[in-house]
Amino acid sequence: MVTGKRKFNGVPYLFILPHLIFFIVFVGYPFFNGLYISFFNYDYLRPQATTFVGLQNYLDLFRPGSVKYYEFWNSMRVTLVFVVSSVPFLILIPLGLATLLNTKLPGTHVFRAIYFAPWVLSCAVISLIWWWIFQSQGGLLNYYLGALGLPTPRWLSTMPYAMITIVVATVWWTMGYNMIIFLAAMQDIPADLYEAGRVDGANAWQRFIYITLPLLRPVLVLIIITTIIASFNLLGQPMMMTRGDPRLPNGGGATEPVMLRIFIEGFVRPYQGSAAAMSVIVALIMMAFSLVNFRLFRHQE
Amino acid sequence: MTPPAMPIRHSEARYRLRRIVGRVALYALMICIALIVIIPLLWMLSTSFKLKSQLFSREIYWIPKVITLENYTKILNNPSTPITLWFRNSVIVATLTTVAKLVLDSLAGYGYARLEFAGRKQLFGLLLATLFLPGVMFLVPNFVTVARLGMLNKFSGAIVPALASVFGVYFMRQFFLSIPKELEEAAAIDGANTFQIFFQVVLPLAKPALATLAVIEFLGSWNDFLWALLVLKDRAVQTLQPGLRTLQGAYTSEYGLMMAGAVIVALPVLLLYAFLQRYVVESVATTGLKG
Repeated sequence: MVTGKRKFNGVPYLFILPHLIFFIVFVGYPFFNGLYISFFNYDYLRPQATTFVGLQNYLDLFRPGSVKYYEFWNSMRVTLVFVVSSVPFLILIPLGLATLLNTKLPGTHVFRAIYFAPWVLSCAVISLIWWWIFQSQGGLLNYYLGALGLPTPRWLSTMPYAMITIVVATVWWTMGYNMIIFLAAMQDIPADLYEAGRVDGANAWQRFIYITLPLLRPVLVLIIITTIIASFNLLGQPMMMTRGDPRLPNGGGATEPVMLRIFIEGFVRPYQGSAAAMSVIVALIMMAFSLVNFRLFRHQE
Repeated sequence: MTPPAMPIRHSEARYRLRRIVGRVALYALMICIALIVIIPLLWMLSTSFKLKSQLFSREIYWIPKVITLENYTKILNNPSTPITLWFRNSVIVATLTTVAKLVLDSLAGYGYARLEFAGRKQLFGLLLATLFLPGVMFLVPNFVTVARLGMLNKFSGAIVPALASVFGVYFMRQFFLSIPKELEEAAAIDGANTFQIFFQVVLPLAKPALATLAVIEFLGSWNDFLWALLVLKDRAVQTLQPGLRTLQGAYTSEYGLMMAGAVIVALPVLLLYAFLQRYVVESVATTGLKG
């Protein structure tokens, strides 16, 4: 393997080049081209009409009072609301499920497989299912709520219910993923630690608080970061369940996250330059967030 | 010594009873959660076999009064929502993407794991760094590239950009690093060249890793929604996921039809999962932990 120290050996490049070519065209080049496009008034259907506008696409997003400003920052607010209201459930429920399954009881692997199952479905499938469950007419949920004499709100078209439907669908869909990671980390904790805890008279709750949680911390931090980023990318569920509705008086929708806004701006409307500028801002925020967390996390280690 | 034995036996029985009660409670809880997970899927299935007239009745029937296949025959034969064609398209796109990725990523993974060339460390570091970049920044520029290359509304538009992904390269590299070097060294002493070593010694060992990667990549490609929605717009080239959105728009309040569509899209994945459950779950456990 130590050949080619003196003379040039092309063979290794034959191994990496096929992938590298695609990487350069679809990761390396767009890294810069996205920024470049954001300085233009660009519509892919009419490339001849492209005009250089400098920072205009960005200025539009920071000029209070304009529709674009309102729509964009509203979608950022909606994204934040979704992150804040979904992430706690996406951490605590999987943590609870993993704890429940982290026993030697027979049959737990069957439950593990069932709890994880929704994750293999596509966003379109789960959105369609929950959209139907939450329907006011014929919907499963309101049928049972009505039968129990409880209020039956118009889930998909009024607030805060529309946001709740998206959170519920998302939690049901993805909780199994974090559960599996928690479970794998829990199973790495040596059993004699629990044995020692038991000998010292710690009950199940105390063992969880004083043994499981501290040892789970690195994984916990990692999962919180990845879950926040995943929630930031919300798109398909509101697209198919609420269409971003209910509409807001100044434009934009109460369940229209920033990814849906970028989709509308660049692919429903013909403003790809503006959509590229929005993407740059969102990407910067996400990168800053990851970096800060990474630093904090590393510092504490 | 008989009298003190009594209370011990008594407390032992109580301890056992508590254990049994605790276990029953645990199983009851696990079953309840399993029901919450399964009920929406059963509701999808149940709705897909119902006539429209049964959807909005006063009573809800989990098992339809009249079990009908009408929804399935209807969506399978409606030319404006060609779901069989979409199914075929999805199979083509997901299969080609998976196969191409396995080839590219195992080659590159081996290159970065074992072969020596100038700038290997830096290049791989660069590749890894891009894993942390948010996908949103590639959306518009990659769409523009695909449009310029004339790949809009062609399967290549969905397949080719996906091949740039770094995850599989990283995954295969980690695997190649984990196998002992001695086998390759022995083959090299026997006079095998790099390609022979890779194809005849290393790849046969990599079957489990390749299978895991294949499952992950196939699932990812099959379930891809946003990119397929952007680049495969014509109904003739659409795949199933954006197809479901077309279906949703095409039939107002025909939930039976839509759920039949959802069943057709979900079933292959659920079957795959049922058979390869171990692979899927363990791949998430290992790749998820490493980030």
